[in-house]
Amino acid sequence: MYAQMIKTARAGIKTRDEMSDLERDFQDKIDRDIKIEPRDWMPDDYRATLIRQIGQHAHSEVVGQLPEGNWITRAPTLERKAILLAKVQDEAGHGLYLYSAAETLGESRDELTRLLHEGKMKYSSIFNYPTLNWADMGAVGWLVDGAAIVNQVALQRTSYGPYARAMVRICKEESFHARQGYHAMMKMAFGTPEQKAMAQSALDRLWFPSIMMFGPSDAESTHSEQSMAWKIKVKSNDELRQQYIDQTVPQIEYLGLDLPDPSLKWNEETGHYDYGEPDWSEFFDVIKGNGPCNVDRLRNRVKAWEDGAWVRDGLMAHARKKAAAKVAAQ
Amino acid sequence: MKNEWPLWEVFIRGQHGLSHRHVGSLHAPDAETAIRNARDVYTRRNEGVSIWVAEAAHIAASTPGDKGPYYDPSQSKVYRHPTFFDIPDEVGSM
Ligand SMILES: [Fe+2]
Ligand SMILES: [Fe+2]
Repeated sequence: MYAQMIKTARAGIKTRDEMSDLERDFQDKIDRDIKIEPRDWMPDDYRATLIRQIGQHAHSEVVGQLPEGNWITRAPTLERKAILLAKVQDEAGHGLYLYSAAETLGESRDELTRLLHEGKMKYSSIFNYPTLNWADMGAVGWLVDGAAIVNQVALQRTSYGPYARAMVRICKEESFHARQGYHAMMKMAFGTPEQKAMAQSALDRLWFPSIMMFGPSDAESTHSEQSMAWKIKVKSNDELRQQYIDQTVPQIEYLGLDLPDPSLKWNEETGHYDYGEPDWSEFFDVIKGNGPCNVDRLRNRVKAWEDGAWVRDGLMAHARKKAAAKVAAQ
Repeated sequence: MKNEWPLWEVFIRGQHGLSHRHVGSLHAPDAETAIRNARDVYTRRNEGVSIWVAEAAHIAASTPGDKGPYYDPSQSKVYRHPTFFDIPDEVGSM
């Protein structure tokens, strides 16, 4: 997802007997669905895990602007350009909401940015894939934001108040993202044979990276258990992936496109679609930094940060000067 | 000198007649920029008609530890609620 392979700060779960009184009270609140707020007591590992997860989520929103930013100047119509701009601007806002949530845990935004730029924090694997044709803009909104929605809707129930509230805001904005994407996809799929071929290519390339967004099977993710007990994570990776696939396949069929995976088949017995396993070695490779665009994405982020330094510093110096003049005048 | 812009808390009046409500926060060098940025971040879909910002460092708050001593006493004062008093139907609405 936008936060993948988050290492829970501790291994294994404490039993109630092993917990201190504070820890027991804390777990009771979580079990009763009482939100944890910034100034409440919380275990250090809960705080650390949340900072990692929310930070990575924030980085994903921000880096996620790059693959779409790539097409803003080349959108086919002025209307599509305005829509894409609005969508990408929303993502900047999502990054802000999430950095703000992380800040309530005592981690500054500049520090999180530094960790990202030094390669010590990650962002979602999906944004390391290139956007090669205009139909990719449709497919990203539909498939990538669509996957993000499935995850983020679940996270509205996460145990940390500021994170849950950020998710509520974000979900309100996300359905615009998915719908504008699907709408663009319809235009392409129902257009000329060349347009339809572009739509098919976008779907074929982005399908597996999209279902990989949910992370590896829970059987393999060692850190899920504690995060689930703390309700930092609300649903398992496989559960979310299945939900996503079930809702997306009929949308592919409506477009009249070929299924991107021959194993996709309705299973009467389970009441779900069967699907083929993505190539997880590719996933781990991308996470490690070897995806098609990792180097490019990070270089662009660092450059934007460094190029903007004089503006940030200048405005701060001006504000300090103004404040000092005001004090002197009093 | 540390150059991270200070944090501001943002409050929006959603509609005429309602009070301002906390909606989130942002970084800005000064109040003027904070308001302008709040407009861009928090009111892109008709969410508001007025914005307040306050520097986060200047907000005082009660602590979670106060919860018991602060709010428990009000639970024993049921007579503060109108439903505590039985008024006969004949009296009419009150
Ligand atoms: Fe987003
Ligand atoms: Fe989005």
